[in-house]
This record gives sequence, C-alpha cells and structure tokens, in this order.
Amino acid sequence: MKHHFSVAVGPTGFRIGAAWRAPIAALEQLYAAYPKPEGGLADFTVRLEPQTRLRLWLRPSVAINGDFMLPDALPLPLAQGLLAAEMGMNLQMAMGQRHFLLLHASSVERDGKALILTGESGSGKSTLSALLGERGWRFMGDEFALIDPVSGLAYPFPRPISLKNEAIKVMTDALPPDRFGPLLPGTPKGDIRHMIPAFSAIAAMSVPARPALILFPRFGYAADVRDMGGSEVFVRLTQASTNYVALGERGFDALSNLVTQVPARAIDYPDTENAVALVEKLWAEYT
Amino acid sequence: MRRDVEALYAADPRTGFRICPLDSLTAYYHRRSGVTHVVADPVPQILTALHGTPLSLEALLAHLVAADGLIITENSKAALAERLEELCTIGLVLRI
Repeated sequence: MKHHFSVAVGPTGFRIGAAWRAPIAALEQLYAAYPKPEGGLADFTVRLEPQTRLRLWLRPSVAINGDFMLPDALPLPLAQGLLAAEMGMNLQMAMGQRHFLLLHASSVERDGKALILTGESGSGKSTLSALLGERGWRFMGDEFALIDPVSGLAYPFPRPISLKNEAIKVMTDALPPDRFGPLLPGTPKGDIRHMIPAFSAIAAMSVPARPALILFPRFGYAADVRDMGGSEVFVRLTQASTNYVALGERGFDALSNLVTQVPARAIDYPDTENAVALVEKLWAEYT
Repeated sequence: MRRDVEALYAADPRTGFRICPLDSLTAYYHRRSGVTHVVADPVPQILTALHGTPLSLEALLAHLVAADGLIITENSKAALAERLEELCTIGLVLRI
C-alpha cells in the first residue's frame, strides 16, 4: 500500500496500510508513544482502500480490508479513516486472535490485580475505565480483555480509548488537549474522539494482572449492586467473548476458571462519579 | 413402542466432557461437538448415572430415585423419557 504504519498494542502487532496519507497521519499522532511490533513483524494486517478506483478521489470512502474481513461492512468517509483503522484492528483481534480468550470488556489494574468491566455498548465501560485510568488505576484496555487460558492472567490491550458522545466532554474537561485525537463527528456510533492512555499504561502494556473482580455496569439507573449467580456470569461472559467458540475446550476452561474464581457483580449507576464510588467500594470489599 | 421400552441409554464417556458446576446449573463442554450446554437438574444426575453402564428408562428412573432422591410422580417416567430424547438429540446421550 502507498502509506503504512506499524504498531504494537499489548501482545499484538498491527500493520496498517492505506491508500491515503490522512488516516496514517492520524494514527501516527494517536500512537506516537506506542512501540513498534517486536522484530518488526505484525500479527495482523489492516488495509484501508477505496472500494473502487473512483472512490480514491471522488467522494473518497474507506473500505476496511485485511487478514480478516466482513463482506457486508459498509465503507466509511475518508474523514472517518481513523475510525476505519480502529475498526479494522478490532476486527482482526475479534476474528483472528487465538492465543487469548477475548472478552469485549474494559479493564484496569491496581496492586497487580485486574478489574474487568463488561457490558453492552452504551454501558459506559470505556468512560469508566478512562476515568479510573486517571485516578490511580492502570488503564489496561477499553475494548478487549485478553485472558490467557494457561495462566488465567489478564493481558493489557491499551489502545487509545474510543470515547463516544457525552463521554467526550467528561474527559476533555478533565485532561489537556494533547491527550486526544481529532473529533470524528457523525460516525455510525455518533461522535467519537480517541483519548490517549496515560504514558505509564502504555509503558506497562506487556504486564498482565490477575483478575480479581468482574463488574457488569449499566448506565442510566439509580445506583445499585446486584449479586449474580455463576450461571448468569458464565452465559454473559460467553456472550461477551468474541472467540469463545473458536477456542473450544481452552475457552471453556478459561471461562470456567474465571467464573468460579473471580467474584462478579452487576452495578447500575446514574453518572460517572457514582460509578467510580461504587467501583471503589466493591474493590475494597472483594479484593 | 416396544423399542422404547427396551432401549438402553448411555452417556458419552466421562472423558468426553469438561464439567463446571456453576450454581443450580452446570456447564458441560461436549468435546465431540464442541458445544457448551448449561443444564439444570436432573440432567447432571442423568449423565452421571449413564456413565459406564447403559441403563433402560426403567432402570435409570429407579437409579435416580435410589441415588439422587428423585420423587416419583405419575409423570416421572414420561418426563424422564422426554429429557432422554432431548439429550439424545443434542448428542450427550446415545441410545444403544
């Protein structure tokens, strides 16, 4: 491809090629503090290219291609090329990563122990992990928690945090502008702005942590904590995993160990301050 | 009908599963199909009873009463036959 960029995020190396300079320039700015893949070898390739040659110049739109592709994925406008790159990287992880059990979850670490936050899109797990990452926790990731089936440890995947809509203001009010990428308005998920994790979180991207608490947050309700049975946790984590079926028995063992060894609670919260207070209370109680 | 009366049922060998008791439910990973099943009582008891020695419906019912304290009602036999059919359909139990 004409333009390209390589980066390591946690244990995974990516090579992103693009037919345009702009998405690569945005990636270079966002990932300036990240290392390159070990030995220069990427695990996955993402290609951002026009669906037809005409779309290189005329109303340019970005089709997300790579080692793994979704045939029905619609191309994005070139102005959202950064989002296309991120979606392409997520897709490679979700479909191609076989070393870890992947949970669609955010995670943070304190005292060598990991808190895993998982829930549906809109549950606020990205915002919460971003906020905790600025309040004494180490940010480990907002998209995937990587569970090693052998050791049970959670490995970081601390790519820039994808803030959406109202969450953007929460974080831009709290942090300097150089911690953020460009605002991407009007994406299929609304407004998006990426937040660069704290440098210390990027520097510790290869340091795993023992899962100590799993929370299922839900935004927009009065503050509440609910006990969860093992079977509910098991089923919800299988739903949250992008590769549980593909891992077969290794996935079952990893998930079983997680469910039987790590306490889990559902939490409701009306705003982020309440959520942080609930997290701190439960963390003190269960770790 | 005669075939149903005489049929023997056997679970896949114990090595054919990974088992994780969760709470009132138990998760089974079935190695042959690669499918995970989350099941309620008395399925774990049925699978345990059918490991090793194949049993008829009548013998299985008697075993569940004696070993697991299953309380017999007039529907017990029919209900157990239904569970066995379901377990045969998903491959956890074989009719032999």
